[in-house]
Amino acid sequence: MIGVLESVIRGLGNGSVYALLALGFVIIYKATRVISFAQPALMLAGAVAVSYLTEVTGFYLAVLLAALLIAGVALGIERVAIRPMVGRPVFVVAIITLGVDVVVRVVVNGFIGRDVRQMGDPWGLHQVALGPLVVQQRWLAMLAVTAVLVTLLFLFFRHTRYGLAMRAAAFDQETALAQGVSVGAVFALSWALAGFLAAIAGMFVGTGQGVEQLTWIVALKALPAIIVGGLDSLGGAVAGGLTIGVVESLFQSYQGEFAPWLGQNFAVVTPYVVMLVVLLVRPYGLFGTREVERV
Amino acid sequence: MTDTRSTAKAEVPDTPAGRSRRPRGRPLLYTSYTQDMALLDTRAKKIWTGLLVLLALSLSVVLADRSLEVLAGAYVLAIGAIGLNIVTGYAGQVSLGHAFFVAIGAYTAAAVSGPRGGEHLGLGLAEIWIWLPAAGLVAALFGVLVAPLATRLRGLYLAVVTLGLVFLGEHVFKEWDHLTGGPGVGREAAVPQLFGLPLDQDGFATKEQQLYVLMLVLLIVFAVAARNLARSRIGRAFSAIRDRDIAAAVIGVPLTRYKVLAFGISSFYAGCAGGLFYSISGYVEPGSFSLLLSVQFIAMVLIGGVATVSGAIAGALFISLLQPITRSLPELLPIVSADTTVTPNVFQVETVLYGLLIILFLVFEPRGLFGIWIRVRTYWKSWPFSY
Repeated sequence: MIGVLESVIRGLGNGSVYALLALGFVIIYKATRVISFAQPALMLAGAVAVSYLTEVTGFYLAVLLAALLIAGVALGIERVAIRPMVGRPVFVVAIITLGVDVVVRVVVNGFIGRDVRQMGDPWGLHQVALGPLVVQQRWLAMLAVTAVLVTLLFLFFRHTRYGLAMRAAAFDQETALAQGVSVGAVFALSWALAGFLAAIAGMFVGTGQGVEQLTWIVALKALPAIIVGGLDSLGGAVAGGLTIGVVESLFQSYQGEFAPWLGQNFAVVTPYVVMLVVLLVRPYGLFGTREVERV
Repeated sequence: MTDTRSTAKAEVPDTPAGRSRRPRGRPLLYTSYTQDMALLDTRAKKIWTGLLVLLALSLSVVLADRSLEVLAGAYVLAIGAIGLNIVTGYAGQVSLGHAFFVAIGAYTAAAVSGPRGGEHLGLGLAEIWIWLPAAGLVAALFGVLVAPLATRLRGLYLAVVTLGLVFLGEHVFKEWDHLTGGPGVGREAAVPQLFGLPLDQDGFATKEQQLYVLMLVLLIVFAVAARNLARSRIGRAFSAIRDRDIAAAVIGVPLTRYKVLAFGISSFYAGCAGGLFYSISGYVEPGSFSLLLSVQFIAMVLIGGVATVSGAIAGALFISLLQPITRSLPELLPIVSADTTVTPNVFQVETVLYGLLIILFLVFEPRGLFGIWIRVRTYWKSWPFSY
């Protein structure tokens, strides 16, 4: 039982990283109706930026600077590659973000090189005792930071002018435009927010084991998370991320014992299995808005 | 144009279908429905297509064996790209899972043609006319199995689900080493043997020449079949679904049936392409069926031209020839290195080019290479006027 609880806490830790990435996907989706496949590249870039800055400024300042830097990069991408495509079919824009992802990742890989880069984080692989449970500090850090960020984000959407503008633009772009909301600014802000969150997520992915060229695959697990939660639901993104994390962690711990015929590393693909199962039951995810078909 | 056609029809009501002659010097005047629907509807198209096929055949004698091998691979990828174009271009169902179906085709072909009782799974049927349809059919079966999900989902939900398919497939292929040889090891691919004649060994021509002609003939067969499909009732149903699926359903197109059909046919093409592609190199490794392969196929379709067969072929040729060109870069540009450990190396340049080309084509010429060709053609047709 203690093993199960420890596994769940690890899952919640990893899941909160998926939740951060998923929030980025959903924020961009709500503003522009496009899934940005560039998130993995931004996450990797964030982790690499932290690993370089941490040697200069120390860890905590490095995280903040890297997140702001990646938010700036995301702003640039939005301005150069996405804004000219307003009004084009969403599939086309999604494929463009796929192209952006490939390009940015190659550039970032140049900074990584062949070795593993360390984050210089204070948690490492240290463990801490929570009553009878022994868990790694970094899982708790992930969970705590994500909880704070999610709270701030929800406060931002509910209580600020810009949050209101973003909600209005997500609801109906033309009406929002007519009310004086700058939809272009909303697009830019959504990309910047997504970049910011992706950089923080990247830093957490890099804690403990460091960051290498293949780390970007982790960000793709946020895709099942948003599909499970529903593409246009912020709460769904958090719920989906945590679900995916916990399921993956449980499979990691117990699949070898109870279902060895599924093969080694089956845990890596469990997010996609969960996604398929949820979609068979609910085609718009757990909290997604059902698309109304009108003629 | 349509007016002219209808009056012409009215004047000659009993023109036998297909026999009607076109007035000289008026290549765009159609006097019968069959003429309008013909695969090659103008004389210029007939002549140029014939010349292109002749040119492609004559290349097998002219070019060096190394180049022939690259081109043969490009033709096979073109078959796969046509397949993706059927489901994504004509029917409008975004699929990022093409690599998965290609993998199924490659392993079915390898298992059917592989030696019986060997190290890997094999049935010992090396004849190409057995393993090629088998590869296509098994892949099509998986396509049909996936399709029910696709009929419930729209747009980007579908894209993410097909993306998940690639990852699930990659896991299965890496684990099932009796079939695939396991990651990093791989197994022998399908043997192209035609009526007892092994085409992958030097026979009455060199190995590369035989494979080149085989792939060219197969590409022509698959391309004609796809063109034919696109102009048929099924093709029109696909386009209707792509343009507006609710409207299509209202005018009586059964959505589920046609979406399943689109996935089935597309996967059949992908399976055949998978079986054939690895028979050229003679070796399959389970790591090669990653997301990158799917992205390459999407790049071929987008760069070539969405919903055109000739565009898909052009795109496949373009992407495949990009590789030898970037590989020769280090000799021209000393900054770019052929060594993978140095930072600006050819592989990085190649990957960046894929990404940049996709972005540039989508921003500046969404119709792809085919669109460029249309522009050039229209320019000369209407010269000296600009419209």
